[in-house]
Amino acid sequence: MGKKILMKGNEAIGEAAIRAGCLNYFAYPITPQSEVAEYLSKRMPEVGGVFLQGESEVAVGYMLFGASAAGARVFTTSSSPGVSLMSEAISYIAGAQCPCVFVNIIRGGPGLGGILPSQGDYFQSVKGGGHGDYRMLVMAPASVQEAVEMMMMAFPLAEKYRNPVMILGDGLIGQMMEPVEFPDDLRTEPTDKDAWATNGMETRGSDKRNLVKSLYLDPEMLNNHNLHLKAKYDQMRREEVRYEPFNLDGDYRMLVISYGTMSRVCKTAVENLKAEGLEVGMIRPQTLFPFPEEEIREAAGKESCKSVISIEMSMGQMVEDVERCVRGRRPVTWYGKCGGEVPTPEEIMQVIKERIDG
Amino acid sequence: MQHEVMFAGFGGQGILMIGKILAHAALEEGREVAWIPSYGPEMRGGTAYCLVAISDRPIGSPIIKNPRHLVAMNRPSLEKFAAKVKPGGIILINSSLAPDKSGRPDVDELAVPVTDIAKDLGSVRAANIVALGAFVARSGIVSFESIQAAVKEEFAEKQKLIPLEMEALEKGRQAAAK
Repeated sequence: MGKKILMKGNEAIGEAAIRAGCLNYFAYPITPQSEVAEYLSKRMPEVGGVFLQGESEVAVGYMLFGASAAGARVFTTSSSPGVSLMSEAISYIAGAQCPCVFVNIIRGGPGLGGILPSQGDYFQSVKGGGHGDYRMLVMAPASVQEAVEMMMMAFPLAEKYRNPVMILGDGLIGQMMEPVEFPDDLRTEPTDKDAWATNGMETRGSDKRNLVKSLYLDPEMLNNHNLHLKAKYDQMRREEVRYEPFNLDGDYRMLVISYGTMSRVCKTAVENLKAEGLEVGMIRPQTLFPFPEEEIREAAGKESCKSVISIEMSMGQMVEDVERCVRGRRPVTWYGKCGGEVPTPEEIMQVIKERIDG
Repeated sequence: MQHEVMFAGFGGQGILMIGKILAHAALEEGREVAWIPSYGPEMRGGTAYCLVAISDRPIGSPIIKNPRHLVAMNRPSLEKFAAKVKPGGIILINSSLAPDKSGRPDVDELAVPVTDIAKDLGSVRAANIVALGAFVARSGIVSFESIQAAVKEEFAEKQKLIPLEMEALEKGRQAAAK
């Protein structure tokens, strides 16, 4: 670990990618994440990397597809409307099994919406913004430090699964400055891509042609391809679930599920309630896909727990997954706000008190 | 104990910068910090503000509606934010550009003509550093040595300005002591 330095989330994300060995960044600017492009436009040339501004997010998505198909480590950053434009390419990338990293610093929507923090892109990220049967591995940081660590984990995970990985932050994670340490142990060497990448037969000293594609016109072949993809997503469910339990040891009367910036507000509320003598447990999913299903089911089933609440900066998206996990054993409700209105700890405390016994 | 400081003023007054310098000084003292800017759409000359949270424990909610302290560099920010400050906090008013009363009897109010002081020093642009010096001296939120070191680091690439900025900090400290 190096020295702690003060960095803006967006800049730290850019630096983390370089430290993770990613020297290719293609992007199109959009608030609230444009500082990543600003930072890397200066930093990439310093480290011998490539910064390229595409003519649109549609183009950027396919620039990533091309670079990763050729075996390069590559990433982009954008915000909600930009990610919508990239979603077609994300579907092709998942279908063609190319490792790419996408960062979405969410702003309020739908449409152009606003530029303030939001979590309205949960469905888009977790359920597939593009077409077809695919999944992304989605990680949601709650601090600048965690955004750095997730960025550095994202590249080896994308390569392990040959699948797009998304870091899902919100405007606050991008804009806020916090102390950051860049961990040495998350630096990764490029993996061997000779078996599949179109990196040139001469380069890899092979006479075998590699083919990267997502087109399978034969129904049996496409079904088998989908089964293969599903096997990867199932492996993610077994091996990649990450979450942070909070105050789950005692006899909590309610379980809060919250992620990203919103989870920090909830954590403060849970701490304040504990000081008042009210026990509330919390699970913060760090991966949104795969979702900590077993962990939520188990925590919700504790005898003392009377109800579950999903608190999000959206009109109720993650709550559908929480309901799926709890399977009707406890009442599940939602609370949230949109558009950059972030609920305060006092507000969350009030809501929890009102709903504590289901 | 968590302290939150809101710095507010016109765009161009160096509001975000003094917030960053304070956060940096606190970080160097080994504290937990978060710096949260306002980044909504604003026209040139519009209001700018940032919040700095400093704590001995990891910082929970970065959403702070009621800061403990306020440094108001102009009249609109004083009018907009004075009512939000927690009782017992400090309100530092740039009395060169705002009335010298916040209308809050329950706070430690400090009116310093930071813009005029900076003009006397030869650069109106140092007004933010005068305010920072006054606020740190009054609040003791970080040591004065820490803030001096953080200002020097912020201006590391503009060495020529450092004597002026040190003088600005000092004038702020003297004004806060009166």
